[in-house]
Formats: sequence, C-alpha cells, structure tokens
Amino acid sequence: MTVYLIKRSFYALVVMWAVATLVFFMLRAVPGDPIQAMLFDIGDPAAAEELNRKFGLDRPIYVQYFLWFKEVLRGNLGNSLYGSHVAVSRIIAEAFPRTMSLAVLSFIVALLLAVPAGIVSAIKRNSALDHTLTFAAFVGLSMPDFWVAILLIILFAVNLNWLPAIGYSPLSEGFWPWLSHLIMPAIAVGTAFSAIMARMIRSAMLEVLKTDYIQVARSKGLAERKIVLKHAFRNALIPVVTVIGIAFALLMAGAVIVENVFAIKGLGRVLIQGILNRDYTVVQGAILVVSAIFVFSNLIVDALYTVIDPRIRVGR
Amino acid sequence: MARPLDTITAARELGAQSLRSSPRSRWLRFLLADKKATAGLVVLTIITFAAVFAPLVAPHDPTAMAFEFLEKPSLTHPLGTDDLNRDLFSRIVHGARISLFVGLSTVFISLVIGVTLGLLAGYYGGLLDNIIMRYIDLLWAFPNFIIAVYLVAIFGTGLSNVIVAVSLAFIDDFARIARGMVLSLKEKEYVEGARSLGASDARIILRHILPNSLPPLIVQATVSISYAILAEAGLSFLGLGVKSSTPTWGLILSDARSFISRAWWLGVFPGLAIMLTVLSINFLGDWLRDVLDVREQAEEPQH
Repeated sequence: MTVYLIKRSFYALVVMWAVATLVFFMLRAVPGDPIQAMLFDIGDPAAAEELNRKFGLDRPIYVQYFLWFKEVLRGNLGNSLYGSHVAVSRIIAEAFPRTMSLAVLSFIVALLLAVPAGIVSAIKRNSALDHTLTFAAFVGLSMPDFWVAILLIILFAVNLNWLPAIGYSPLSEGFWPWLSHLIMPAIAVGTAFSAIMARMIRSAMLEVLKTDYIQVARSKGLAERKIVLKHAFRNALIPVVTVIGIAFALLMAGAVIVENVFAIKGLGRVLIQGILNRDYTVVQGAILVVSAIFVFSNLIVDALYTVIDPRIRVGR
Repeated sequence: MARPLDTITAARELGAQSLRSSPRSRWLRFLLADKKATAGLVVLTIITFAAVFAPLVAPHDPTAMAFEFLEKPSLTHPLGTDDLNRDLFSRIVHGARISLFVGLSTVFISLVIGVTLGLLAGYYGGLLDNIIMRYIDLLWAFPNFIIAVYLVAIFGTGLSNVIVAVSLAFIDDFARIARGMVLSLKEKEYVEGARSLGASDARIILRHILPNSLPPLIVQATVSISYAILAEAGLSFLGLGVKSSTPTWGLILSDARSFISRAWWLGVFPGLAIMLTVLSINFLGDWLRDVLDVREQAEEPQH
C-alpha cells in the first residue's frame, strides 16, 4: 500500500510538472501571443523594450523557462502584467478560500438533496416517486449550472428579494452574510453533482438491500427504519465514496462558471478574467493552482479508499 | 464516464441480443417502448428542424433592432425581446444552429482523433501505446470543461478556437474506449484467423476490430454531444466564445445578465432551449445504452 501511494504521489508530481511545462511553452508558442499583443498595445518601442527586460522576455526561451520554474518552486508565480502588478500568488491566496467555501457548501447542498432522494428511490423502487426522482435527476444533469444560477437570481434576489444577487462576504464577517452570498452559487454548482450522487446512492442501496445480512436483519424483526439507515445505508456508502473524487472535478469546474455569474473573485473568476485580459502570468498561475487542486484531491481520494475499504489494498 | 442513470430496462429485457439482427422497423418499436426516448427524439427533431430552417421558422430577423426594448412576451414576439428589441424567439432559433453545429462537429472531430489514437495505442502497444496513453492520461486528470478553458486560454477566444478546444478536450473519452475494445478483441479467434490469412493491419483494424467497437463508441458519442453543447454554451457565456451579433444560446444568456431584473424572459428561455436539447440527447443516450447493451463504465463523468 505504501509503495502504491508513493507511486501515486510521484505520478501526481509528474502530472503537475507536465501541466506547468506545457502551459508555459504553449502560451508562448501560439502566434499572436499575449506578450506581443500587450507590447503592441503600448505602442512606445522604448517602453516596450523596458517591459521586455523587466519580465525577462529578451532572454532565450529555455532560460526564461528555468528561471520561471525556479521561482514557481519557491512559490513565486510572478506579477500581474496589468494594473499595479500585484503578485499572482497574492491574488490566488485571496481567491482560494472563496472557491473552497463555494466547493464545500456545494458539496453539502448536493448531499442534502441526494441522500434522501437516493434512499427513498431505492426503498420505493419503481414507484411514481422513484420515477419522478429519476426524471428530476435527468433534468438536473441537463441544466447548465450558469442557467440554474440565473433562475435562482431571478427568483430569490429579484422577485423575493431574500438574498443578495452578487458578491461575497468572508466567513470572518459573520456566518449569515457568508451563507446568504454563497447559498445560491452553491445550489447552482451542486445541482448536477446531486443528480449523479442520488443515482449512485440508489443503485448502491438496491445492491445492499438484496444481500443476505439485510434479509437476516429483516427476519430478526428489526424495524425497517433501522434496517435501512443502520445496515443498508452505511454499507451503501462504500461505493458512494468513490464519487468524492468526481465531486471535486465537478464542483471545481462548476465553480469556474458560477463564480463569474455571482461576481465572486474566486479561482475561476481569476482564471477567466486573466484570459479575457490576456494577463498571461495570472492565467499561468491560476491554471497551475486549479490543476494542483485536481491532482492532489485525486491523490487524497486514492489514499482514502485504501483506508475506508481494506479490500482495495489487495488488488493494487 | 459514469452517468449512472439506469432507467427503463424494458428494452433490454425485450432482448437486446435479438435486436442487433432484427430489421430496422423493430428499432422504432423499441424506441416507442421507452417514453423518455420517444419524447427526446420528438423534441430533438423539432429543434434540428428549427435550426436547419431557421430563416423560415424565425418570425423576425434575429439582428433587427427597434427603438422600443425589453418587450414582454406577446403575439408578435412570443418570447419577448431583448435590450435592443431583437426578437428572442428568432434569436434562440438561430442560436440552435451554432449550438447543434458545435456539438456535432466537435464530437465528430474528437471521435475521429480519439478513436484513431486509441486503436493505434491498443493494436501496436509498446512505445507507441506508452506515448499516446501518457498524453491521454494527462487529459484524463482534468474535467473536459476545464481542459477546454485551458485550451482557449492558450489559443485565444472566438468560435473556431472554441471548436478546437472542445474537440481536443473530449479526445480522451474516445481514446480510452477504443483502446480498451482493441485490447479485448485483439486476441479473439476471428482476428487471429484474419491475421493468419495474411490480412494487413489496416484491414484487421478497420474490418474486424472497429465495427465491433462501435456500440460503446456510439453511446459515448451521444453523451459527449450533450456535454459538448453544454461546454460551448459555458464558454460563450463566459465571453470566451463567439463575439458579435451572432446569437448563440450561451451568449444570449450572457447578454441577458444585465437585464434579468427587468426582463425575466431573457434569463429563462435561452437556458430552457439548452436544457431541452441536452435532456433529449441524454434520454436518447440512455436508451441507446440499454438497446446496445453497453455496460456502465465506472469512470469519472466529464463535465
């Protein structure tokens, strides 16, 4: 198991290195690259020359790469090309907790919807309720998350005036302001994931309810509620844990879009604004951090499996 | 790609096996046995028809402006008008062209590239397999939508770049399926037989392996079309796709954001068009999965 985890960690590092290197070179290889565009915008050759020197763009590309890579390893992602040239690492440090807040809250929202829906679907299999929930899951998967966001804003911010339409308030300034700003984005991000999760729980529950130990529990005369919650649901959770890895992928990808709807300056908004402004140091930094979140959350999930389900250790 | 939506199993129970050898008319009967798939097909046919004949279907020029603006849905403007008084219904009908075109063309491109890479990697193995699969693994580490955003960051914004980005982002799904199918079919007797008869590699791959790999690829392609449509809408919504007056569903919604406090119809209907299209494709995909008897692969969904 230890060998397996070391191998996986090494692989994660290789993926990160590959992403960093690919992004560095591809951003520079594509014709009409952002740097040239920006220098052209300035129009003044002397100023452009100075900027070139300042960012080290006058040196050979492999030298630039090694210099850049050395700085990245030290946690320095360079400075924004625009405005007051804020350090990219600072922009990201400010954005990170916002995206994490959103991801965690989305996850909770998705679970609150998916767990009851999945259990009820499994117990009342093929009932009208089960069919309705199946249909709802299909709809949930087919709605673009930014559209869910817009519908929520129309309903809860514009018409009912219950929640603020945009913005973010850090948790340190109170729980309610934080929650009221994040609850709509969290529902928008969590919808698709809750649909997948509900179906996973349903099929896992159906598998478990067929097993002998449930029959035994039943023949012992245990209350149905106890059988379902204590015996079946707990065991059904094992395969469901495998979707936590998927959760991160879906929630992060959702956050990239939804943050932009609600003007939350998280990682997704930093990335998209960077692309729109052609601020390539910001783009580079944001891609590195977003990628790192995927790669290392996958690594953690892999490690968790081996802890949760000892049977997995044998197979590797 | 896990879309664990196991629904109507009726078609499967009716005998997916006998279906393969049955005449075409029976396909229709199996389709009609599944209400969701039937509804999906009907809706999709209507949307495709509207897209193809957009200039005839749309009651107004989608770019025509007027002095009044943000008109409520009425008889002249069934879905209302936007801030430049352009007819929303006409814009959505024209937008269907781009959404469907991007969805179909990107999946076609990634299907061709992905299947080619997967077949080559699986058939020849060794170093070639290693090189191709490391690249595929790299794509696989991230959700398709994120890959598409990365690629737009590199190539720049605009419709053609969005098509390239979405196509490249979906390659890994097809490559993995094709490679897996080759590996399981390569050792089959009929392939061995063809080889001993002196058939060329190309003939073995194209005549013996590819046709038998089609069912899972067809199901994947269907699912991918719906995700590609969502990806294009997302990129356009973020301002990374088409700019200009060309209406696309994502862009219409993006433009609508500033006006939803006064004009709810602008925020509701374009998204409804996306949802209906994607939902219909998902219903059809689910039905195909049952009919072609393709087992669920417990892999990550790509969004």
